[in-house]
Amino acid sequence: MRRIGVFVCHCGSNIAATVDVKKVVEMALQEQGVVHAEDYPYMCSEAGQVRIAEAIREHQLTGMVVCSCSPRMHEATFRKCAERNGLNPYLVEIANIREHCSWIHKDMAEATEKAVILMRAAVAKVHLNAPLQAGESAVTKRALVIGGGIAGIQTALDIADAGYKVDIVEKEPSIGGRMSQLDKTFPTLDCSACILTPKMVEAASHENITIHTWSEVEKVSGFVGNFTVDIRKKARYVDMDKCTGCGVCQEKCPSKKSLNEFNRGLNTRSAIYTPFAQAIPNVPVIDATACIKLKTGKCGICEKFCQVGAINYAQTDEIITEQYGAIVVATGFDTIKLDKYGEYAYGHSKDVITSLELERIMNAAGPTKGHLERLSDGKAPKEIVFIQCVGSRCSDDRGKPYCSKICCMYTAKHAMLIRDKYPDTNVTVFYIDVRTPGKNFDEFYRRAVEDYGVNYIKGQVGKVAPQPDGSLLVHGVDLLENKQILKKADMVVLATAIEPNADVRKIATMLTASIDTNNFLTEAHPKLRPVESPTAGVFLSGVCQGPKDIPETVAQAGAAAVKVIGLLAKDKLKTNPCTAKADELRCNGCSQCANVCPYGAISYETRLVNDHGIREDRRIAVVNSALCQGCGACTVTCPSGAMDLQGFSNRQLIAEVDAICR
Amino acid sequence: MQELIVRAKELLEKGEVARVLGWKKGEQEYDAEPAFFETAESLDNFVYNGFCGANLSKYMIEAGKKEGKTLVFLKPCDSYSYNQLLREHRVDREKAYIIGVGCKGKLAISKIPFDGILKVSGAQYPDAQEILTVETLYGTETIPYKDAMLERCHVCKGKDHVVYDELLGESADTVDADRFAEVERIEKMSPEEKFAYFQSELSKCIRCNACRNVCPACSCRKCVFDSTAFDSEQKANTTSFEEKMFHIIRAFHVAGRCTDCGECSRVCPQGIPLHLFNRKFIKDINALYGEYQAGSDLECPAPLTSFTTTDAEPGVGRG
Repeated sequence: MRRIGVFVCHCGSNIAATVDVKKVVEMALQEQGVVHAEDYPYMCSEAGQVRIAEAIREHQLTGMVVCSCSPRMHEATFRKCAERNGLNPYLVEIANIREHCSWIHKDMAEATEKAVILMRAAVAKVHLNAPLQAGESAVTKRALVIGGGIAGIQTALDIADAGYKVDIVEKEPSIGGRMSQLDKTFPTLDCSACILTPKMVEAASHENITIHTWSEVEKVSGFVGNFTVDIRKKARYVDMDKCTGCGVCQEKCPSKKSLNEFNRGLNTRSAIYTPFAQAIPNVPVIDATACIKLKTGKCGICEKFCQVGAINYAQTDEIITEQYGAIVVATGFDTIKLDKYGEYAYGHSKDVITSLELERIMNAAGPTKGHLERLSDGKAPKEIVFIQCVGSRCSDDRGKPYCSKICCMYTAKHAMLIRDKYPDTNVTVFYIDVRTPGKNFDEFYRRAVEDYGVNYIKGQVGKVAPQPDGSLLVHGVDLLENKQILKKADMVVLATAIEPNADVRKIATMLTASIDTNNFLTEAHPKLRPVESPTAGVFLSGVCQGPKDIPETVAQAGAAAVKVIGLLAKDKLKTNPCTAKADELRCNGCSQCANVCPYGAISYETRLVNDHGIREDRRIAVVNSALCQGCGACTVTCPSGAMDLQGFSNRQLIAEVDAICR
Repeated sequence: MQELIVRAKELLEKGEVARVLGWKKGEQEYDAEPAFFETAESLDNFVYNGFCGANLSKYMIEAGKKEGKTLVFLKPCDSYSYNQLLREHRVDREKAYIIGVGCKGKLAISKIPFDGILKVSGAQYPDAQEILTVETLYGTETIPYKDAMLERCHVCKGKDHVVYDELLGESADTVDADRFAEVERIEKMSPEEKFAYFQSELSKCIRCNACRNVCPACSCRKCVFDSTAFDSEQKANTTSFEEKMFHIIRAFHVAGRCTDCGECSRVCPQGIPLHLFNRKFIKDINALYGEYQAGSDLECPAPLTSFTTTDAEPGVGRG
């Protein structure tokens, strides 16, 4: 019989205000095997741990239950405390009477009853707990960053500067991401390229950084410290080593009708292209869907003109396999599609554009060479209307429920830049709220209003109606004046909501990282572990975790890098001993467990088994405990119950359920 | 039948196989039961007629542990069960010589609705008659062969064997009913009606374990219901409606692996339509993951033990 101690934490008033902790102690003492029970205001405190240590010694405890907060908070604390005092850490169970009980109940009698039940379940489990020993696994001292925007670049640079190897995988032909598409940045109005390109160059020339552009992550296996990743290097049809980036191929290419993705499809590009002048690497790719040679076999002009013979139409996708200790997701965002917002006439009138398209129009390398002009007739707009929250803070399923966070500031930026460069152009902004929490942000917004005369109207726009004369009639409402507004505009700019990059679902699935209902990657703890995914060894950088501006993204990128460095700095990681194990007398050798194992941890061997005197060769499942992550998929698949998870055995779980149902 | 015996004797005498797994005569013609034959002489008791519904594939697990090859006769639908066992590494293909035996539908004595049956004639293969003649204590009766067929033959999997070394005899596709009609009928019931239906069916169960013992998918070395490790046996007994747990757990354990061979219902002494549980799973699997027939091949991923990112997620609300 185990000698079990039960420690009930008040967590200040977090638990004690709703749960009668004295009653839980009293009930615990009636449980079989419980030789000691006590309560204390803060069990996790130094003093609380001293009480646990004394109890372990005084009562020679061989098992303990702490009734406290979620095991995600303090399981490690109490396990270490037990270990220091000679008790195997896996003989400690947590009964979560805070998140699972006191926080969700109002009635003290009900909450106390539930706390007692949770305590009983944990006691029932501890009776069957086995002392387990953690093993060790090595750490591959190399990190993978998925996404080469500002978030990925900054994370990679910080990791590389600490002396570790980093690979960046970017699906586009160049690193740079969204930031490379921006013209100016708030709140300082410095040119985006001017501050981004030095970082791009630094990443490209850093001895610890390898950049795989035009590449995608294909497959991920393994676990923290030991990931194996297949990377698909898409066929570029241009030899990276030979190409000098002279650009002749792009000038000569006769297929020039493909939409230019970098300019948001506002103009066209050649089939062989580099997305922008400062691209890194400065090596073009051939768009196989547009290239005449690849489509029909006839053309080959770029090959003819290439002085160094870098064009290679025979190139195919290549899959490389690399080992990593840590993976950072920095997959960024895109603007939402506006097909559900017909009322704004986007796609109907060329002069209704998104803010990101305006960035390209304002940019010297953009489709209009930086001249602010209407895309329909090339005339300079004299009246511009900005509409905020298009798809953001949306209560129906057309848009997103969240605030995209960056729109208020970039719209103030756009308005200010336009008023500065074209003082005879009037700018009106329709907004729900103006949100400017950030250093020097509100001052920036006020400058737009007070110094640049931007006309802010609190109210929404119901309709943008293209007129026969080419203008746009904006039907809006002024909530402060309580009146309807009809405003004639030459151009309408939509502050379109942002959403995680469409590929993030695929990547999250490969990494077994969780995502929320909006496809943002979930952090391990919203406050205390904001850059870690709940999946060990996977970290989050930038907008893939939630909307952010550039300063926040860079800060988070650095934070993710620190977490990676902390991991890679270790030579060995303690492995979780709660792994699966097959009972050779029950195993049928049917392979179902191996089929469902996401980690490839199960193999088979034929060995001599002595089943109560019957000696025969049997095919038996063998678990590689270094690969097993203890997910339990095999245990629920095994029809005969041969597969069991140490620390969470079938018997333990049934004992808990029995205790709850008692 | 004679050609099967001739061929079996030949293989035994040549030493190509060490034993024969087939059916032997019972007291009555309709009492045929599975049997191993170790010698050519013992094959005199061999029988193959319309009453040889028993699926022999599960016996090949034990046969695989014996020395030498075993000759086994498999009907087309039995070969699916064998294939499924092969996929699960429960039988050794090297130690089997499979004769795919012809089948034109098998009979259920329980479907012949006469009292005091003495003899049934017309079920003799390969000359089975369209009309069966039944001699009873009270006179001679007749019944169409089709009307006395096993339920599973009305939803026949077809006349082709999925695994064999040689074929003997002709087969026919005997399907004349909708496989899922009964499942659909039950699906349409209200939860209360369903509960009442299953309670009335399952409360007939006497826990004889015949369904489990005959089931080729229930081939665990140690069944969880025979185990003290999980207390499941005792747990099943703590409810007044004990059998529901047994049958529902069993249906879950064989889900995705059950070939719908129908043996469970065939052997149930209480006539419980146990195959309906399995068929409900099969119907759902087909609807959610695409048409799947367990045992049809060895390679294609099984729906419940493989994962793709496009998998339906019933219950999660985005299926």
